[in-house]
Amino acid sequence: MSVDLASGAGSETAFREWLEKAARNAEGFVIPVGALVAGLAVFGAFLLFLGKSPFDFYALVYKAGFGTAFSWENTLSRTAPLLLAALCVALPARLGLVVIGGEGAIVLGGVAAGAFAMFAPDLPGPAGMVGMALFAACAGGIWIGLAGALRHLRGVNETISSLLMAYIAIAIMNHLVEGPFRDPASLNKPSTAPLAESWRIGSIPGFDVHWGLAVGVVACIVSWVLIERTSWGFAARIAGGNVRAAQVQGLPVGRLIIGFTALGGAFAGIAGMIEVAAVHGSANGSLAAGYGYTGILIAFLARHNPLAIIPVAMLLAGFEASSGLVQRRMDLPDATVLVLQGFVFVAILLSDTLYGRFKLFQPELWSRS
Amino acid sequence: MNETDIGLWGVPLAIIGGAIRVSTPFLLVSVGECLTERSGRINLGLEGTLVFGAMSGYAVAYQTGSPWLGVIAAAIAGAVFGFAHGWMCKLSRVNDIAIGISLMILGMGLAFFFGKPYIQPVAPDLPSIPFGWWSDLPQVQAALRINVLFLLAIVVAILMGRMFRSTRIGLMVRVVGDSTDAARALGFHPDRVRLFSTAVGGALAGVGGAYLSLYYPGSWNEGISSGQGLMAVALVIFARWNPVSCIWAALLFGGAGALGPALQSIGVTQGYYLFYAAPYVLTLGVLIATSSTSRAMAGAPGALSITK
Repeated sequence: MSVDLASGAGSETAFREWLEKAARNAEGFVIPVGALVAGLAVFGAFLLFLGKSPFDFYALVYKAGFGTAFSWENTLSRTAPLLLAALCVALPARLGLVVIGGEGAIVLGGVAAGAFAMFAPDLPGPAGMVGMALFAACAGGIWIGLAGALRHLRGVNETISSLLMAYIAIAIMNHLVEGPFRDPASLNKPSTAPLAESWRIGSIPGFDVHWGLAVGVVACIVSWVLIERTSWGFAARIAGGNVRAAQVQGLPVGRLIIGFTALGGAFAGIAGMIEVAAVHGSANGSLAAGYGYTGILIAFLARHNPLAIIPVAMLLAGFEASSGLVQRRMDLPDATVLVLQGFVFVAILLSDTLYGRFKLFQPELWSRS
Repeated sequence: MNETDIGLWGVPLAIIGGAIRVSTPFLLVSVGECLTERSGRINLGLEGTLVFGAMSGYAVAYQTGSPWLGVIAAAIAGAVFGFAHGWMCKLSRVNDIAIGISLMILGMGLAFFFGKPYIQPVAPDLPSIPFGWWSDLPQVQAALRINVLFLLAIVVAILMGRMFRSTRIGLMVRVVGDSTDAARALGFHPDRVRLFSTAVGGALAGVGGAYLSLYYPGSWNEGISSGQGLMAVALVIFARWNPVSCIWAALLFGGAGALGPALQSIGVTQGYYLFYAAPYVLTLGVLIATSSTSRAMAGAPGALSITK
């Protein structure tokens, strides 16, 4: 419009393009963060309604989850399974599938790791860990891949089937851990035989955080590259947008569905293996700790972007790490974290309706001068 | 001693009695979900509604001393959850399946949060009618002691079947469920019809929860429901969106759920956990058998997202 642009026209266009791109990208960041804040605010109002101070609550969460080196270590140790559990939701979600049974893959992965340790106890440590991870990945991958296969081959709704299979998986775990795979020495809490010391996953040097965190972060990065930078990921995104169009283009939709669900399940299975080898030391009922369900919320908050899963998982791990202290100090029941998660989950889903409603995020607004 | 009198006959008898007892929450939830799905919405959050209904019903029954007030409270709580679901799904681009999952988590969270003080106290039970008075066998009497809510659920299912077939309201719900555009053209308000269908569905699920905590198993704890609400959703597909078929489907699922305890009562302890998984396996098997990729499911409402 103005005349003085003549000299700087090149940089002006570049700047406009940058603004357009920024506006387009900002929407996908501002809306979820706003929804997260709104969910936390609603939970704060809920606490206020009960006569508790939300400021004390969030201050305590910060202190116990992120305030000190010790609390960071606690938070990061809990992040590992959450990263992998969230991938089990996010990867199929890019194909338009809502898989919510990651808990089943975690549980079976843990049992498979425990079983591998029982049948091949003489292997050296590193081989044992690789073997456990492979067994766990196969168990989880087959389990969730089956939900994907049922979806593709029989049209069975994957949301319902995967959650039903999670209940079945927990029953199988209870059966195996209390029956055929039970270590006779585990009296009060039926478990598989404890892992040899050399089979246990140790800490990252310098931190009191086990290597599972690194595995989870690498899995997220690999998943991001797979989705955003490979032809497989591109095909999956097309199929997620419009299955018909993908089929017309001749994309192998069935193989994509089964492959992505199986990969997600394999990650969740490895989460179970990490829980066994780094935390519990044997497979037992503690495997069904609800990581799979928290993973659903993380994936939705991260908008199924594997890289965004990393900070979101850390945040929710911090909430879980602080829950014990917060509950004791403020005299709240242990379901408090679940209520918090519920409010945040509803808020993030409601925010879906806001996309495209703000002029600020429309590239056209910035392209015109 | 009575156990030995009839020997292995105790197993089928326990399964029949158990089927009636266990099936009631299935029936209530699935009949409610039937209405919701016939209007073109799916509410996967009924698991949370069921648990919250169980808690609120138990709490109110304990505080007032009247189990029926508990049932009413559970119905109101369930209707509120259904209303919330229906209202949120009205917004554009909000996914009804995902909203259901989030309300499942929120409902369970709120139920455990407020239900903590009610785990210990004992609330009054709902009354049941002894239909087994003609028999001398205590097992038969136990099997045929039928709760009022079961009979109520059957009446609701039959009335709803009639409603869909031959009333104006039923026709309106069916039109809305089959085609949003056609419903609009006829002057109906699809969102409003779905809102009320979801609210009524939630209320019935809440009553199902009250049955769990006030009759069978008859106490409130955090493990009171393990997927019954979700299985009921699958059961509606099996029943082909027909409320009367829901009765038979619920009895079948109830029988599967009663298999574990029935076998345990005659001393079968091997594979205890696997028998407890029977209802889930049955649900999955039924889903696999009745779903298809190539043709639309017979009787499926056209606007339902789950069958597309």
